[in-house]
Amino acid sequence: MEIKPLPWLKQSLAVWRKDLRIEFRTRYAYSALIMFAITTLVTVSFSVGGFALDADISAALLWIILFFSAMAGLARTFVHEEEAGTVTALKMAAQPEPVLIGKYLFNVTLLSSLTVLVVPLFLVLLNQKVLLPGVLVAVLLLGCLGLAGASTILAAIVAKAGAKSSLMTVLAFPVLLPLLFAAISATRMAFAGGLPRAITTDLLMLFFYDGTAVVASLLLFEYVWNE
Amino acid sequence: MLNQITIKALSKAYRRRVLFKDISLTIPDRSAFVILGPNGAGKTTFLRIICGLIPATSGQVEIIINGQVLTAREKRNQIGLVSPDLALYGELSAVENLEFFAGVRGFSFSLDRARELLHLVGLQGRGHDLLNTYSSGMKQRLKYACALLHQPHILILDEPTTNLDESGVALVDKIIKQHKQRGIVIIATNESREVAYGDQTFTLA
Amino acid sequence: MLGPLILGVWMTGVIIASFLYMPATQGLGVMGRIIVYHVPAAWIAVLAYLMAMVNSLGYLRRGQLHLDRQAQVNAELGTVFCLLATVTGAIWSRGAWGQYWNWDPRQTSIAVLLMIYAAYFVLRSAIDDPDRKARLSAVYAVLAFFTVPFLVFIVPRIYFSLHPDLINLSDRSFNMDSRMLKVFLASLAGFTGLYAWLYKIQIRLENLLYRLEMKRSE
Repeated sequence: MEIKPLPWLKQSLAVWRKDLRIEFRTRYAYSALIMFAITTLVTVSFSVGGFALDADISAALLWIILFFSAMAGLARTFVHEEEAGTVTALKMAAQPEPVLIGKYLFNVTLLSSLTVLVVPLFLVLLNQKVLLPGVLVAVLLLGCLGLAGASTILAAIVAKAGAKSSLMTVLAFPVLLPLLFAAISATRMAFAGGLPRAITTDLLMLFFYDGTAVVASLLLFEYVWNE
Repeated sequence: MLNQITIKALSKAYRRRVLFKDISLTIPDRSAFVILGPNGAGKTTFLRIICGLIPATSGQVEIIINGQVLTAREKRNQIGLVSPDLALYGELSAVENLEFFAGVRGFSFSLDRARELLHLVGLQGRGHDLLNTYSSGMKQRLKYACALLHQPHILILDEPTTNLDESGVALVDKIIKQHKQRGIVIIATNESREVAYGDQTFTLA
Repeated sequence: MLGPLILGVWMTGVIIASFLYMPATQGLGVMGRIIVYHVPAAWIAVLAYLMAMVNSLGYLRRGQLHLDRQAQVNAELGTVFCLLATVTGAIWSRGAWGQYWNWDPRQTSIAVLLMIYAAYFVLRSAIDDPDRKARLSAVYAVLAFFTVPFLVFIVPRIYFSLHPDLINLSDRSFNMDSRMLKVFLASLAGFTGLYAWLYKIQIRLENLLYRLEMKRSE
């Protein structure tokens, strides 16, 4: 395996730009993400009324929304290539790694723009107080990087396996569970306060998870991509 | 410097159905190789194996450029493929497609080069239209532009004149003749006029 | 024929010893004896997964289908032991802390392992082509492995856990009565033997089935 990280940069960015451009014109994946998030938020907010939820529950709720939105929307980038038949052209032109990195960046972009939209709405509709906003930002950032990190290669697997609807969730759930637990725990502390040591532990866990997910994906992706 | 494609004992079987067995041949530089056979005989599969898109069941394909055998990764920038099952991005314009393929191959993109290619394939003036407004003939022409973009040594054409009108067929004729002068062309077809290009032909049963 | 026979006698001995020879754990009574079955089952569940992961890596590098069959068999056995471990763990949990399930890190990790096994088989059943099936499920097995050690080894060390630590890391002594220790180790050996024997039978079966399918289509 020839490892040339720098040329990959230009190539990955090309993939990222292409996917962003297409997404901008079709809003194919974004609409799936948004729909789920908004529906859940509105429903829960309505039934909860004016009460503030327990920090435990609302932290879990936030990540349920982000997780399932990710399941609804992050697979599209690979599935669309298969459905439109553009995989062949892409395989002929691109090395596997830039494809993964480019689509990872795309998924991160998608997920973070969803987060930026959904989280303020969430805080408002559910009357959620945030004691430690810095921690919340850190969790959301690391969480999104990790959520996208594991989901991208899984999306590639699912696309090759015929993209049957629930396959993404079945595969992603066990793999993402460590991330979800750490993220929910840290989010709870961001809402209601917590010991610095406990917070750092969770954030560190997220950081290592993100790193592991990205490195593992990079090493394994060529086996998914090449026949 | 030596440029050629060497195929050694190439076999492909799907599950238990054998498509072809033990094919060995050499395609020299500055020549065209034509592969013939009825539909379903395995012409497309054969080309895909040469491209590196699918693995062979046994045997090897060696692509030698400047005396060096290319690795799987190096092959990508030396091959240009035109095929019915190669689709381009419909939500992008022709220029944007070319820009993408240049970027993802690691080349810098120049609008001039894009215009030059579009002019060559007869799509001048339509460069900024989205591909899903193109007719199938226009899409086929753009495939040639994309295949030639990175100036590959090898051109692989599966059913080269699909969807093309008279001027399109003339264009393909010109492209093949020009490419034969400096590189290798591999064609899979059943059209007799295309068979005529071949310095070497091979028929799959 | 001798091997399985010895194994059978050995395990019978272990079962009897766990009731008669081993002292009852303080405060847990009869339920405490389950530790002799629970922990070995959990270790085998993880060991089997480790083997499946190694087989998967081998398949990815060499592309030989028999490695995929090995991965599959290891995963099947691993699932069975994992199920056993989860259930016995829940029983222990009920006896020791009153609830069947409390989501402590170790309990969570065995449940996650079970989910990974399930996902592995769901993925395999979704793909028809044998090469693709082998390749994609191998990638998944390796990918999921990278997150499993996180849960099994790192997380319990970081987080406080209700789960009793059998090995006291500080003074490197075994936290167990010596008689219990003997039965426990004997059970561990027995479980490993059981796993090895089941593996041998299953892999032979899978290989034969494969050869039969190959012959049928000629």
